[in-house]
Amino acid sequence: MSPGERQTESDTIYPRPDPREQPTLLHPPYRATVRRAPNQPLIRLPHTSSELTGPLYGHNPIGETDDDLTRQHGGEPLGERIVVAGKVMDEDRRPVANTLIELWQCNAAGRYFDRADNHPAPLDPNFTGAGRTMTDADGNYRFVTIKPGAYPWRNHSNAWRPAHIHFSLFGRCFITRMVTQMYFPGDPLLALDPIYQSIPEEQARRRLIANFDLDLTEPEWALGYRFDFVLRGRAATLFEERR
Amino acid sequence: MSSHCLPSQTIGPFYDFALTSNQKLGCMIGPDVKGERIALRLTLLDGDGAPVPDGMIELWQADADGTYAHPNDAFCGFGRLGTDQLGVCLFETIRPGRVTGESGGLQASHINVSIFARGLLARLVTRVYFAGDPALEEDTVLALVPAVRRHTLIAQPDATRPGQWNLDIRLQGERETVFFDV
Repeated sequence: MSPGERQTESDTIYPRPDPREQPTLLHPPYRATVRRAPNQPLIRLPHTSSELTGPLYGHNPIGETDDDLTRQHGGEPLGERIVVAGKVMDEDRRPVANTLIELWQCNAAGRYFDRADNHPAPLDPNFTGAGRTMTDADGNYRFVTIKPGAYPWRNHSNAWRPAHIHFSLFGRCFITRMVTQMYFPGDPLLALDPIYQSIPEEQARRRLIANFDLDLTEPEWALGYRFDFVLRGRAATLFEERR
Repeated sequence: MSSHCLPSQTIGPFYDFALTSNQKLGCMIGPDVKGERIALRLTLLDGDGAPVPDGMIELWQADADGTYAHPNDAFCGFGRLGTDQLGVCLFETIRPGRVTGESGGLQASHINVSIFARGLLARLVTRVYFAGDPALEEDTVLALVPAVRRHTLIAQPDATRPGQWNLDIRLQGERETVFFDV
């Protein structure tokens, strides 16, 4: 904090993240950042009602198969069936209840169900790759899906994205909005991926890797991966959940 | 026990089928919403001034009375659209009322904006204010922005379409938009 800046209560509730634990906006090995990352320093915004409120965005009801991507079509998708589950919490590990999680991913062959994806791998008529769910009262969530494949991209010569699932979360207010990617343990492509490597500190990067979890694994049916989301925010009396 | 916030990652190029295929999220007003109806046309441009055709823009704003959404409100205050081939998102909404600011005073009418795109490793945050609003002079957030850059946050009325406001969001370059660290 520079001299003259006043520390407010909300600065304590929503401390700014350590820059070494977040990606560097301009990261030239990820080529698209070069003409898209802002050059000017960000201006530090005081936390007003605009930042301390946020969309509830639960007004569209969640469909019955929105959290099970293997049941959204007439047949079963190809690939390795998996359970991805965990908890959404704040930085004091208090659960974030009733918040929307959106998920999207490519299929087992590494192809997205998206007009813009022209990777010559097959589409799966039984897999779209989009899901949604709300956390329960204890912040828990659970998706059933298939393990996404790795796929090539044109960032550099022979570039491949490690297998990943995209997630979007809202949390308690505008400040806590998060879009990120979950990776899988032991993936040799992580060391070569400029998107994953854009986070300076190794320990912070590793938080994006799910843990294989035998307790979540369902016998004779699906492997389980645990992935917890920690959103911004610390405890304070003023920081009550909106009803 | 405390923990650290997860790192952000880019939204990537392939999210439209999951996040922005529902165009209804760009129309934030139903028949019962009160307030001055406006169209807000935002154009997302990269460092070369070229359109960003694969970006997602989200809005968060107060209602006409300056209140942020309550679960039972007719106006939820949230909008989301993907940019088109020209980098454009056209939202239908209302002009928000003034909300309280840092020291209890009122802020000028504004809309909070989140920007996501391939090449953006984290969300960018900016605001949209409205040209000609006398309250711009006393807005404490605008006062933090160097005077020469304030215009990048101020939408202008469209010359031919009444009720439409336009603003370019420039990710880089001479007229780079002001982005905020929240």
